[in-house]
Amino acid sequence: MSDKKQKAPREPMPKQEVEERVKNFNEVALGYTEEQARREAERCIQCPKPLCVKGCPVDISIPEFIKLIVEGKYNEAARKIKEDDVLPCMTGRVCPQEDQCEAQCVLGVKGSPIAIGRLERFVADYEAANSEADTPPVQAKKNKKIAVVGSGPAGLTVAADCARMGYDVKIFEALHKPGGVLVYGIPEFRLPKAIVGREVEALKQMGVELECNVIVGRTITVEQLFEEGYEAIFLGLGAGLPRFLGVKGENLLGIYSANEFLTRINLMKAYKFPEYDTPISIGKKVAVVGGGNVAMDSARSAVRLGAQEVHIVYRRSRQEMPARNEEIENAVEEGVILDLLVNPIGFAGDENGWVKSIKMIRMELGEPDDSGRRRPVPLPGSEFIYDVDTVVIAIGQNANPILLDATPKIKKNKWGYIDADSETGKTSMKGVFAGGDIVTGEATVIAAMGAGRKSARAIDEYLKSGKW
Amino acid sequence: MYKILEKEKIGPNLNKFVIEAPLVPKNYQPGQFVVLKVDEVGERIPITIAEADKDKGTITIFVQEVGKTTYKLGALKQGDYISDVVGPLGHPAKVERIGTVVTIGGGVGSAIIYPETKAFKEAGNYVISIMGFRNKENVILEEEMKKYSDELYILTDDGSYGKKGFTTNELQELESVGRKMDLVIAIGPAIMMKKISEMTKQYNVKTIVSLNSTMMDATGMCGGCRVEVDGETKFACVDGPEFDGHKVNFDLLIKRLSTYEKEEKEAFDSYKRCKCE
Repeated sequence: MSDKKQKAPREPMPKQEVEERVKNFNEVALGYTEEQARREAERCIQCPKPLCVKGCPVDISIPEFIKLIVEGKYNEAARKIKEDDVLPCMTGRVCPQEDQCEAQCVLGVKGSPIAIGRLERFVADYEAANSEADTPPVQAKKNKKIAVVGSGPAGLTVAADCARMGYDVKIFEALHKPGGVLVYGIPEFRLPKAIVGREVEALKQMGVELECNVIVGRTITVEQLFEEGYEAIFLGLGAGLPRFLGVKGENLLGIYSANEFLTRINLMKAYKFPEYDTPISIGKKVAVVGGGNVAMDSARSAVRLGAQEVHIVYRRSRQEMPARNEEIENAVEEGVILDLLVNPIGFAGDENGWVKSIKMIRMELGEPDDSGRRRPVPLPGSEFIYDVDTVVIAIGQNANPILLDATPKIKKNKWGYIDADSETGKTSMKGVFAGGDIVTGEATVIAAMGAGRKSARAIDEYLKSGKW
Repeated sequence: MYKILEKEKIGPNLNKFVIEAPLVPKNYQPGQFVVLKVDEVGERIPITIAEADKDKGTITIFVQEVGKTTYKLGALKQGDYISDVVGPLGHPAKVERIGTVVTIGGGVGSAIIYPETKAFKEAGNYVISIMGFRNKENVILEEEMKKYSDELYILTDDGSYGKKGFTTNELQELESVGRKMDLVIAIGPAIMMKKISEMTKQYNVKTIVSLNSTMMDATGMCGGCRVEVDGETKFACVDGPEFDGHKVNFDLLIKRLSTYEKEEKEAFDSYKRCKCE
């Protein structure tokens, strides 16, 4: 490869024009063309000791799959990724590559790192469009049943890995559609739901069973699953209990949790009301409280629902925002206004109980806290009133209590999440494994998949040896 | 898909359904509810389970037609399918032997008070039941309630059946003659539960209500059902649905129930137009 090619700039991602995309829920990033993918892949210098792989939570063979792109072997490249990541169509879209693989890329030292995520997405989409559904070989049947609770990224990964090993896997999903946060949380414009559907179909092709409308802990308990002959159970419940600010007036009408706001839109398709029956109420001025990806998703959804003014209200500065830079940029491009270093301390409503204003206080950054980010400190006397019609609270999640209350044998950690071994996912209850947000608190899709992968190995080991 | 095994119109806008939902009865206890979604484009609504049959794998629900979803449901026939049913949800009612229990059902709330009346009777309590309906045509479950009540009072708003008046009138009468009450359970429209709770607070009688706030997933995930109990925010779906009536902020509940009034009307109007065309 010539040196010139490596010095070439990173291929930009083609996107829907801003003026258009704010009026629809279609995917914003359009994906590389074949030529773009080849050009970008040719920039890779194929390090003998690739650092990018170290940055990947699931150790994808990154240089190998990029080399296959250079050779024009796109399907093979996709299959190479799938050895370690069963859902490349999704991780290529929603992984924070800039903090993981791409952060390690040596080309990033002097120039821009290889766009690994975009290449991953390209080959995964190419394979989906151009080759027969690739059902990985399934090993000989082991005639042992595994129950997977939750069909989000952790659950789907465990199901795929265990099915490949020859286990009989059944996924139980609480909602009426599979996919978990991929379906109810992440908007269509970032992750088209057809892709999630396709991946779930691929799992079914591998023999994985799926039953929706089952709430483990209520419809059926963990003990009852064991009684029904399941020998191992994986809990990938997701965090699933929205956190609120705990300030006055927070239950006024027009104040949503991000979970409710996004679920109405994504899962229930409220953006197509009244064609779909679930409504959503959105005013002229919307304030989204929080600085993570969920806050960006909420703000950008509000723009698409026709709000005239959408603000992100965040208590630290832009630098500390946990959202992906790309998402913040997309939001700003779409007209979202960032109100930084401010924090709501109360809400006031009109005579019918609808929120009409937020009492805010200005913040400044003090010493770093446990998260390493500078702690926001309120500035005394800086309170002001901020008019608003709709508020979305996107400040994170607590652990969902249903299954844990029903299953006291499973120990919780001090934050209320499941206390599970970080290498195996083993919980305090024999035969029960857990991974994803219900163990770590809210994190990323890829982190949940990484946990799922480790648990799948540990489940296999446990079922072979019988040792806990 | 969940099959409708029986459908019966039991009042002008009230339907009884027996639905095949094999997994729901397994762990069901009185006080719990299901979430159902009528069809592909439907919304998710919570409906209390009136009866569950473990052997047959069926549940019985009573649904009053008030908006698009409940009318769509009402238009279905025996043998038709509902796209989704999930449950049982919520904490079961805390059934114990406590002495004299007054169970109060308002309208379709009577369908919810029925399984609790039965459970409290079977637990060895003296049960006084009060049921209030708009008029004679809307009276439901009289025979069933009679079976499990030591005393049963039926009232209608217009006096077309039973006594004329509201459930609050009957409760007041019981109190005025000095009847012993150890526990009151009131289930019905928010305004009825509010009035009953205000009265029993004065009587100093513990009162349980079942809150019907707007829900979506009903697993604690969305927080749309949040209510204020004793000044604290609670999620009706996972913390309830039953709460101490003396601690519930009913004014907030009533306001929050009106969140989608405009959209509900819009949806219902367009549904009615489609039906006429």
